[in-house]
Amino acid sequence: MFRYILRRIYQMIVILVIVSFVVFLLIQLIPGDVATALLGEGASEKDYQLLREKLGLDRPIYIRYLKWAGNMLRGDLGHSVINKFPVTQLFAQRLPYTIQLAVCGMILAIVISIPLGIVAALKQNSVIDASIRGFSTFGTAMPNFWLGLILILIFSLWLRWLPSSGMTSLSNGFFKWLARMIMPAMTIGIRFSAIVVRQTRAAFLEILKADYIRTARAKGVSEFSVNYKHVLRNALIPVVTVIGLQLGRLIGGAVVTEMIFQVPGMGSLIADAVFSRDIAVIQGGVMIATLGVLGINFIVDIVYGIVDPRVRTSGVRKSR
Amino acid sequence: MNTKYSTRNETAITAVSRNVAKRSNFQRAIKRLLSNRYNIIGSAILLFFIILALFPSLIAPYPPNEINLELTLRPPGGSHLLGTDKLGRDILSRIIHGSSASLTVGLGAVCFSFLCGTTLGLIAGYSGGRLGDTIMRIMDALWSLPAIILALAIATVLGPGVRNIILSVGITFTPAFARIVYAEVLVIKEQVYVRAAKSLGASNFRIVFFEIFPNTAASLVVYGSLMAGQAIIAEAGLSFLGIGVVAPQAAWGSMLRAGYAFFRIAPWVSIFPGLAIFLLVLAFNFLGDGLRDALDVKLVETKVG
Repeated sequence: MFRYILRRIYQMIVILVIVSFVVFLLIQLIPGDVATALLGEGASEKDYQLLREKLGLDRPIYIRYLKWAGNMLRGDLGHSVINKFPVTQLFAQRLPYTIQLAVCGMILAIVISIPLGIVAALKQNSVIDASIRGFSTFGTAMPNFWLGLILILIFSLWLRWLPSSGMTSLSNGFFKWLARMIMPAMTIGIRFSAIVVRQTRAAFLEILKADYIRTARAKGVSEFSVNYKHVLRNALIPVVTVIGLQLGRLIGGAVVTEMIFQVPGMGSLIADAVFSRDIAVIQGGVMIATLGVLGINFIVDIVYGIVDPRVRTSGVRKSR
Repeated sequence: MNTKYSTRNETAITAVSRNVAKRSNFQRAIKRLLSNRYNIIGSAILLFFIILALFPSLIAPYPPNEINLELTLRPPGGSHLLGTDKLGRDILSRIIHGSSASLTVGLGAVCFSFLCGTTLGLIAGYSGGRLGDTIMRIMDALWSLPAIILALAIATVLGPGVRNIILSVGITFTPAFARIVYAEVLVIKEQVYVRAAKSLGASNFRIVFFEIFPNTAASLVVYGSLMAGQAIIAEAGLSFLGIGVVAPQAAWGSMLRAGYAFFRIAPWVSIFPGLAIFLLVLAFNFLGDGLRDALDVKLVETKVG
């Protein structure tokens, strides 16, 4: 187990290094450099050279990368080009909202998708199965931002049940918080559950056909016991992995959803940064999102390794 | 007499069997495709949008950028079937003119990621070893990034415009194809026919492109169809965030964004472009599902390393 964890940590570091390099290269591709962006159009050549030296832009690219990566390891993601705040601080302020939104969206997705997926698999090829698969097909075709707008249209403009935008802290009261959280969480959760319901159904169908299930039935184990003791336990493992692996999409979906509902989270920070071409913030956003996804995948891998000893030795697992 | 009959029968039988043989896998697949109602619905919607995209000026009732300040934010009905936006432009006409941007980006991005991802996956899977490992590690790294955030970062660097959006969405989706092909190649390269080709002295190029690649095609077609839908959503998302296809060219995502500011008083400005995105993506999803059933593909992707 210890070796398995070490191997996973090593792989995670490799991925992080590659991502950081890709992200670093991206900034180099921008026409004109940071010095031009900071000084504006009318600056003199001398000022430009001075600033370039000060920022270290005259040094070779690998030295700049190492310096940037070193700073990042110390938690310094640079400063916003627009308002000069440290990027780390900006994200630290916004992150709690995004995490709350992601967690609520995911809980909602799990509550919707796993029972639906199980029912669809147990009643394979029935009307129920067809409609659950239909839900999945329709759900994945619906863009987050449009779904969000429709929810606002129904619950805020027509029914007037929920506020259409904004976010409040949990300390201001649970119901106040819930009223603002429920629509963004639904927006993310419904789309996410459309993906997970398919995985759940497929995982259950695969296990239902397994030899040991037939053996259990042949032994005379009751249908209930077969479904809940044998099938559920085995089928949930790949489903949990899929949920872990799809978290990147969930976080990505949060960017647009936060824009729609004006949630002051990480997504709207990145979206604003895109608008003002604030590269330091975008860079920081990509790195933080990657770190988050890798961290969660790491936890999923470890849990998976504990639950299913086969993974530890082969290091290969099925996903999707 | 008897002999005559038997010869006749034999000719008939050979003719029949020849006909059966003539009906290739391709024809059978087409037949199965047409018997699947998801495919028919999907193709019909897709065809509808392709016609809109090819002949927008013939179909649209108004020019897409015709401003009419006397008719701003009109609700649906009357001479403007889907209403007008804040500049009095006809929403239906703008949706019709916007379909080409969505289709171009969706198909363009999938073609790009298909070409890059498939080539990388084939090389990585067939060569294996250090080269294969390195390629797949990079693909894994890209895949672990939240897609829209990566596309946002790339699009910010490249700037707006259809070509750049195709590139940024295409790069983002490349690892998906690479991983599918990689997983398939690992299985296919151990098959007897590949070994046979090898022992007959076929070159690596021949084995990869004529023996292995055609066998990955079914999964790729299904996956490509599903990814085209997701590429359209990604394009709309980027345009919604303001860095996709830029004004005055009509694009569904940017129309949605423009309507967002007036959503309380004129929801139709945003709702209808969104409906168009939804329908087009749904068409690709139906097609993907139908193709999956018709070609009997089980999409398996293996997490590498």
